[in-house]
Amino acid sequence: MVREAGTFGRSGPHDFILLRASAVVMLLYVLFMVGFFASTADVTYANWTGLFSNLWMKVFTLLALTGVLVHGWIGIWQVLTDYVKASGVRAFIQFVFSVGLIIVWLTGLFVLWGV
Amino acid sequence: MVDILTYVEVALINSAPGILYISWCFIERQSIVKKERPVNLDLSTIQFPAAAKASILHRISGVVMLVSLAFLIWAFATSLSGPEGFAQVESIMTSFIAKFIGWGILTALGFHLIIGIRHLIMDMGFWEELDSGRTSATASIVISIIVSVLVGVWLW
Repeated sequence: MVREAGTFGRSGPHDFILLRASAVVMLLYVLFMVGFFASTADVTYANWTGLFSNLWMKVFTLLALTGVLVHGWIGIWQVLTDYVKASGVRAFIQFVFSVGLIIVWLTGLFVLWGV
Repeated sequence: MVDILTYVEVALINSAPGILYISWCFIERQSIVKKERPVNLDLSTIQFPAAAKASILHRISGVVMLVSLAFLIWAFATSLSGPEGFAQVESIMTSFIAKFIGWGILTALGFHLIIGIRHLIMDMGFWEELDSGRTSATASIVISIIVSVLVGVWLW
């Protein structure tokens, strides 16, 4: 019998590490994007697509989006388990957010693919 | 026989889960004691400790960003779909409402990042005492507000 419902990882400690690892990846991505907007006076279509056409930027962006998927999934689970006590309602909301996060990740993948 | 009431105050000041930062735990040995419990429901005299405010702001900002992903991924996909899409996102971002929403999302990001960095530092064993926990929580909120103002200046 399952006594503890794992979230994204297989255990609490696994989730703990996944949450922090994904946070560090997204922190670096945010700092990079802040640097891009600070150093680019006029963001045009040309330099915007130029940025995302680099292979390393595609990898970096998809890595950050994977961070969003993992971090968002675990984060909403933590919030829901604290405030939504009805398990049916909680499962439904978790389902909506989880599917939404996967949609965001897949959209990011296909957008990056085509740039 | 006199009821023996052991009063244990558990002050989980800096623990992450939940917002029950201070819970009062009554251990009753003899019988259920209903008298002499401290009752304080005067909300004007009750305040969350700074660490609790930081925690709840971290949660709210996280959920706000999660919901805003729908807008962000749309803007990302549209701006990279072609020159027309880029121009469309660019023109939307000139309106006050869009800027205000963008400012709200970036403010949530700032709060979440800065309070999150405090979390990571606390994972390494720092700021776990009452004083340092309070100071770091207050500082992270103040820095987040400054960042929010700076983001507003940059947007407008």
